[in-house]
Parts: sequence; C-alpha cells; structure tokens
Amino acid sequence: MTPRRKRMVLVLSAVAGVAIAATLGLKAFQENILYYYSPTQIASGEITFDDRRIRVGGLVVDGSVQREMGELGVVFDVTDELESVTVAYDGILPNLFREGQGIIAHGRFDDDGIFIADQILAKHDENYMAPEVKESLREAEWQRRQRELREQQEYSGPGEDY
Amino acid sequence: MGKESWRWFHRFGSPPHVYGLADRMVPWFAILGLACLLTATVWGLAFAPPDYEQGDGFRMIYVHVPAAWLSLFVYVLLALASAIGLIWRMKVAHAVAIAAAPLGAAFTFLSLATGSIWGQPMWGTWWTWDPRLTSQLILLFLYIGFIVLNRAFQDQRSGDRASALLGVVGVVNVPIIHFSVDWWHSLHQPATIAKFGAPSIDTAMLIPLLVMALGYKLFFAWLLLRQLQAELLQRERRAAWTKALVTGPGGTVK
Repeated sequence: MTPRRKRMVLVLSAVAGVAIAATLGLKAFQENILYYYSPTQIASGEITFDDRRIRVGGLVVDGSVQREMGELGVVFDVTDELESVTVAYDGILPNLFREGQGIIAHGRFDDDGIFIADQILAKHDENYMAPEVKESLREAEWQRRQRELREQQEYSGPGEDY
Repeated sequence: MGKESWRWFHRFGSPPHVYGLADRMVPWFAILGLACLLTATVWGLAFAPPDYEQGDGFRMIYVHVPAAWLSLFVYVLLALASAIGLIWRMKVAHAVAIAAAPLGAAFTFLSLATGSIWGQPMWGTWWTWDPRLTSQLILLFLYIGFIVLNRAFQDQRSGDRASALLGVVGVVNVPIIHFSVDWWHSLHQPATIAKFGAPSIDTAMLIPLLVMALGYKLFFAWLLLRQLQAELLQRERRAAWTKALVTGPGGTVK
C-alpha cells in the first residue's frame, strides 16, 4: 500500500467512524431530540411525563378556539387527526396562529388532563403561495365539496323513497 | 492511467498558477454575482407577490435560504479541500479550505440571524432548541473550530493537518442538518425546493429566489478567490514568484 493510499484509507475510516458514532448517539437520544409529541403519542401512554415540561404539537381544531372576554386567555384543541389534546394558554399568540394551523405548545398537563401551556409556537409549513392562488385553491376545494354533497344526495335521495 | 491525463490536476498544486487563474476569474464572478444579487433583490422585494399567510414577512426567504444553502455548500467544499490536502499533501488545497472557512462561518451566521428575526413574529420565539436550529449552530462552531485549530500551531503544516481532519469528519453534520426536518419532529418547516417532487412555492416567488441563490454562489466564488490569493501570498511570502509580483520580472520595482 502506497503512503497516499494509506492516508486515503485513514481519512475515509475517520469519516466512517464519526458517522457511525453520530448515528448511534442520535439513536440513543432519539427521545430527547424529538422536539414535540403528537396527541396520539400522548393518548397511547407510551411516554411518562410525571411533572415534566413537554411540548405537544398538532393542528388547531377548527372551531375549537375559545377566548375569554377581555383577557388574553385562550383554550383550544390540538389534533393529529387521530387524537386530540385540550390546551389552555394565557399570553400573546404568534402571527401564524389560527384554526387549522400547526402549532407547538410548551407546558405541562394539569390534574384534569388539560395541557397548561406557557409558550405557543406556530409551525410554518413548507408552502409559499400568492394570495390569489390561495383564493382559487379555496374556491376549487369549495366546489369539490359541493359536488360531493350533491352526489351524496343523489345517491341517498331515491333510496329513502323505497 | 497515463501520467499526462493528470497534468491539469497537478497544475492546481502550483500556487503561482492558481494565483494567476484567480486573477483572471475574479472580474467575471464579481460582475455576474453583483448583477444577480441586484436583480434578485429588486425582483424579490418589489415584484414577487406576498405570501398568503405571512404577507411581506416571507421576503426574508431571499436572504435566509440562499445563505443556508451556501453554508452547507461551503462546508462540503471545505471538507473536500481538506481531504485532498490530507491525502495528496497539496498545499493549495489546505489554502482553499482555510480561505473558505470564514466565508462559510459568515453565511452560517447570516442564516441563523435572519431565521431568528423571522422566527420572532412568525413562530413566536427568537430561538428554540429545534433539531434544525441546533445542528446549524453546530455548523457555525465547526467553522470557528476549524479556523482556530488551523491558526493554533507555530508550524503551518501541523495546523493544516489538524484542522483538515476536523473539517473532514465534520462533514457528517451536513446530512444531519439537511434531513433534521424529516427525521425528527421539528419546528422548522421541511424543505420547499430541495426535495423529490415539485417545489411547493409559487413560480413568481421561486425564480427570484433561484437568481438570488446563484448570485450568492458567484459572490462567494469572488470572495473565495480573493481570500485564497491573500492566503497564498502569506504562505509563499519567501518564494520567488511572490517577490516577482512586487518587483516585476526584471527585478525592478513595478
């Protein structure tokens, strides 16, 4: 083996070694790296929180946001389409917070199973759109739903006559 | 494998050759880079449509995303140059790595700073220990560590070898940064453009972004070549070719 070949093997094995160490390290700390838990993970009881502060992430359920009059306080449900968690928060909400938006709440569960958040972060998705495009998408979605509704009525309509 | 076919590669081992090549390439990178940056800035800030959700706040993308892409690109370049320097004992390769390091650190810092400024109103926080943010911060420390290690030795060759080894093994962090948003739940959004399938961004927003990214690359190439020239002059200060640059070929002061 020439000295150059030897150095090449050394460099490559150093990289491979560090890569393996990093992989194992990240695997071992998987749970700590996990930035937030989903409502399903919480409902399944696979994690024990005790009194620990944790993060819960999911979509704000449409129509679930209730504000207290004259206060900053807000209560809403967060879902991952399977399970949901009720979150209570008293503070300033980020710009992107709204119903249907992905958010991450940082806090702990109280005795009634309500998640008392002391910080709410809004998660932005990877989609960037002009307002007009969003409008036309909404329009298309509405028409699709109308069509579905009509089809359902036509389908079930005659059935009830029998 | 003929020896002849490697001549182009070996010429890159010659500092005067690389120095002269850099001199000829700098004006092109400078002019094209500045043209792209200027076009994309005006286009992105004034003519691209606002985002449906973030309004004009989304325009931070034109500074943040090209800087973040470049921070990874520069690191891969640094690691490759370090590996070539280690394996082929090529002095110019080590000079390229140390010339690239402060630039990479600057772009990493820019991506972190602009992300933070955007994150405060949009996410609701300046900083959080999210996998993407944390791994990007580690990248900044890798760059700084590289520079410090390189300059920590009396003997330049020892410094080059020590820092090159750090540079090479640090490349492991690059895929971690890129895939952090897919591997773990994170606050940072997943990739919009660098992914399989069509980019999920309006074409009217995408084009100025790509022009900006090209502008950043060319701007970086310009700065890299100038840094490399300075580094080569410093390292070869006792060589005949550097003296000839000052005195002219005949030995008289130009």
